[in-house]
Amino acid sequence: MLQYPFDGAYIMANKRALKKQLLQQPGLLKKKIAIVSGSTIGEIKNILEIFLLDFGIEPEFFVGEYARYYEEIVFDPGELRAFAPDLIFVHTGLHNLQLPKAGCSAAEAEQLLQQEQQRFSGFFSAAGSFGCPVVMNNFEYPRVRVLGNLAASDPSGRVRFVREMNSFFARHAETTPGFYLNDINYLSSWYGLERWSDPSYYNSYKYAQSPEAIPLLCHSAASVIKAVFGRSKKALMLDLDNTLWGGVIGDEGVEGIALGTEAPGGIAYLDTQSYAKELTGAGIVLGVLSKNDDDVARSGFTHPSSVLKVEDFAVFTANWNDKANNLLAAARQLNIGADALVFLDDNPAEREIVRSLGAGVGVPEVDLPERFAETVDHAGYFEPVSISEDDRKRAQMYAQNAQRAAAEASFTDYGGYLDSLEMQAFIEPFLPERMERITALANKSNQFNLTTRRYTVSEMQAVAADPGHVTLSGRLVDRFGDNGLVSEIIGRVEGCQLEIELWLMSCRVLKRDLELAMFDQLVEAARAKGVQRIIGVYLKTPKNSMVAGHYQSLGFTLLEQQGEDSRWYFDIPEDYTPRNTHIKVN
Amino acid sequence: MSREELVSRVTDIFRRNFDDDSIVLTDETTAADIEEWDSLEQINLLLAMEKAFSIKFSVGEVEGLRNVGEMLDLIESKLA
Repeated sequence: MLQYPFDGAYIMANKRALKKQLLQQPGLLKKKIAIVSGSTIGEIKNILEIFLLDFGIEPEFFVGEYARYYEEIVFDPGELRAFAPDLIFVHTGLHNLQLPKAGCSAAEAEQLLQQEQQRFSGFFSAAGSFGCPVVMNNFEYPRVRVLGNLAASDPSGRVRFVREMNSFFARHAETTPGFYLNDINYLSSWYGLERWSDPSYYNSYKYAQSPEAIPLLCHSAASVIKAVFGRSKKALMLDLDNTLWGGVIGDEGVEGIALGTEAPGGIAYLDTQSYAKELTGAGIVLGVLSKNDDDVARSGFTHPSSVLKVEDFAVFTANWNDKANNLLAAARQLNIGADALVFLDDNPAEREIVRSLGAGVGVPEVDLPERFAETVDHAGYFEPVSISEDDRKRAQMYAQNAQRAAAEASFTDYGGYLDSLEMQAFIEPFLPERMERITALANKSNQFNLTTRRYTVSEMQAVAADPGHVTLSGRLVDRFGDNGLVSEIIGRVEGCQLEIELWLMSCRVLKRDLELAMFDQLVEAARAKGVQRIIGVYLKTPKNSMVAGHYQSLGFTLLEQQGEDSRWYFDIPEDYTPRNTHIKVN
Repeated sequence: MSREELVSRVTDIFRRNFDDDSIVLTDETTAADIEEWDSLEQINLLLAMEKAFSIKFSVGEVEGLRNVGEMLDLIESKLA
């Protein structure tokens, strides 16, 4: 019920029971979130809390005073800083913008634009000084426009003015790591400006949105916030019959399925395919999950109108087993948690089976094929905070992995296989220009992650700049392609000891010995700082059991065990011999 | 709709909104009787009633409501 399309009034009326129920989920991520606002916050806090909980985040709130967003950020008397927010949400909108009077001169309008931009520039830098991510609304269009259609083009027109301010905000978001837009300009247009706000609620209670639109606003803000904290989904698992094409391919054959522009019924499926294909450009991985014979399922993608090809899928599961188990197997194959998956299927029974797994899989409630893409889209599952070079290449990387798997199969000796990959690693301290990627990787790695510590971009920058810390990032290239930046280590030096605060690696380079190459570099960097002993920490989570024996296998000795967490030490010998033998480094 | 039926439906709305099944409404019940009933909750309650009874309140109508009885009277007048 918290998934798009949701019933705003229902959520508002049941918020207490919903909250109680959502608080019982295991593994909630606790975050301190400050809301400052240019209008009434009230219900917005409660509904935002519900959506955040639904995304697996348990917020502790600082709620600003009514309409004091500017003062609280720019002239913070200390309360906000004392709260030490993990994120600031700035709930502002058109009411917080000074608009030109219709018919004023172009010079006057320009002056006002400059003035408003300067005012918000000051706000942006003050917000940035808190050192945490900031999510901020842009502006919706006005409900009335004296100049009518001319308001879109005349310098004194309010529509034009809002558009210019939104461009200004967008440029700031584009160029400022850690600043993210909550695009209420899009949201209000999509929902309908008329329904978005209600003058009587504004006049009486100073709510900038109509009560029905509050859940929509909160869902959007929560989507960005969860993305900032690395809780966006990573893969879309697709059913085939009546999901990616019309009809049942097992009965009708590839020539019988509805797909393409010739028949009106085939266009919707084409649109769904195009949407999925485009998602891969944003780094989302695709998979097939179909009850079909494998060869029959594959034949569907030879249809002349099929936008998707078999190579677009990182996993292809077509058999007659139950979909819930297939889905869990696909997650394992992709090395991601089931809670990083979205499952799109036209069959309500299959959806229900997957939902009842309770594994956190996103299951959009779809009806008409014309709206499949829209339903997935508006749910905000895949909300990215930035698109990295790696994201653009991810689909390609999975294809390369398939080639590597094929190459591996032709070797009987694993070492020989590793050598045949002609791997080269580039291991360096965290560089400023990579901070976004470094932070993103730290926030989404779950399995090969010894401590699962999460960082904001500014925290990561601070660690990298601190002489008391050693940082290493590793990029791995082989003859099939560039895997990108895939491993990170952060060590804190204290006297002649170094404690490994973070060690993670992307699962797409598992079993390639990169962890050995990283360890060699860590030993070298530690020695340069006069370190004699390295301390390794393993903090158990539901997802990182794969590295429970990591320090032991590297030759560390157990220092202490607390429940399932453990501390290990490694005294660097005079004659340390590098562990890595298959990867050329730097 | 009888007054009794109306009271029962409005009670349901209150119980759901405050997630408290012990709430019992009388005509004399006011915001002072329910701990969490503040001006923001008042909006939620009115909104839920608008939905439940397919009616629309104006700002002037709801501003002067002093207790549940007056709220019920207002709904009755809308449904009449």
